[in-house]
Amino acid sequence: MNKQRLSLCWFVGTLVFALLSMLVPLPGVLEPFKPYWPALFLLYWSLESEDRVTLGLAFMVGLAADLLNGMVLGEQALRLCALVFIALRFRSRLRFFPMWQQALAVLALLLNDRILLLIVRVLAGASLPPASWWISPFVGAALWPFLFLLLDDLRARLRIQ
Amino acid sequence: MARTRDESSPLFAGNAAGTLRLIVYLALAVVLMVLDHRNGWLWRLRYTAAAVVEPMYRLAGLPAVGVRTMSVAFADRQRLTEQNQRLREDLLLANAKLNRMAAVAEQNQRLKELLDTQHSLELNVQLARVIGVDLGAYRYQMTLNMGARDGVRPGQPVIDAHGVMGQVKEVLPTTSVVMLITDPAHAIPVVIERTGLRTVAYGSRDGDQLALPNIPLAADVRAGDKLLTSGLGGRFPPGFPVGEVRTVAPAATGMFLVAMAQPSADLDRSEDVLLLHDQAEPDGPPAPVTPMGPPGDLAPTGAASTAPPATSGALR
Repeated sequence: MNKQRLSLCWFVGTLVFALLSMLVPLPGVLEPFKPYWPALFLLYWSLESEDRVTLGLAFMVGLAADLLNGMVLGEQALRLCALVFIALRFRSRLRFFPMWQQALAVLALLLNDRILLLIVRVLAGASLPPASWWISPFVGAALWPFLFLLLDDLRARLRIQ
Repeated sequence: MARTRDESSPLFAGNAAGTLRLIVYLALAVVLMVLDHRNGWLWRLRYTAAAVVEPMYRLAGLPAVGVRTMSVAFADRQRLTEQNQRLREDLLLANAKLNRMAAVAEQNQRLKELLDTQHSLELNVQLARVIGVDLGAYRYQMTLNMGARDGVRPGQPVIDAHGVMGQVKEVLPTTSVVMLITDPAHAIPVVIERTGLRTVAYGSRDGDQLALPNIPLAADVRAGDKLLTSGLGGRFPPGFPVGEVRTVAPAATGMFLVAMAQPSADLDRSEDVLLLHDQAEPDGPPAPVTPMGPPGDLAPTGAASTAPPATSGALR
């Protein structure tokens, strides 16, 4: 029972941490390199514990992210829903990919996410972002193996599901 | 026909129900986006949820504060001494200038009294601190640690020591969001100091510059010209530095000149900013007058005659 609660706390904690990291600004030069943290954390959890990550959860996390930093309500909810849906659909295959292949898959997912965001922003009347805006998915994919191993290791140490 | 899959270990998971659910959620998100785009719910929701949202902002701002503190703590003595020396000199110079200005200001005041206008050179300002939070709008926004409870209202101009930074866009109880002048959706009426030419400076898409896309071809504009706020439109008071023209070139259409300008304010380095409290007196066309009915003493009911005529007129 206690273990279960701890693991739930850990799960929620990582998601809140992801939202916070999304808000933390980087110095001007590094700004375009900031990965989309909520997507990475949600991806990890959708690969590792399928029963907890559902489309509904992705929607709620997206709404929370929109509430904290967003242009329109529902934008990140849409993006995270699409992302989690694809991840869950290919979950069993993604899990058995070697790490580099998994990172490539994450890159594809994050690029897809950026394209969705671009569509939403352009439809909402924002101007096209500068070219450096496309760096972020690559940084996210490059960080993926480390994030995955770190979270897995922490989870093993805490002995939680 | 495909076999029914074992749900407990789905190697190729996903079925019609999952897709349906996805479509429902996506549709919900799209509906939310459209409604929000029309009605601006997000900020009202943010205002309501301020108890949760603002601590998150403060928490996310902590690393930036930490880095700042660390940079002060580990900056070597030499540099701090130099900086201190430079600031002292700046202060001295500024004070000397101010002293000279005081006489001019007084003269100006007298002349203006003679002219019976009420422009004042004094500033009614409020100091605010920047919170380092990334609000996901590329780099066109800034968060301040003052909000509705400190009397901040949307539309207030924000300046720093060097020039205009932007205007308050949205207000939460104890924080507020500033739209910078480099935001592509922002426009500020300016006047070129040297020639007095009035034009409009827009934010530019690629980052940190201002674009002046509609200068007449015959106009005299050069690199190095200073831009000041013109006070037209009544949002920004006149006479504040906005930027400095860097390049001038004919537009692609050949109908206008396009100038690019560098903002004077330290848009990405300022830690402390000033919120202007007096809104400028509009120099443009006067604000539309609220339609008035007949004066209160002519109103038929006795109750209306006790109220001031303007309000009783507006009520009707």
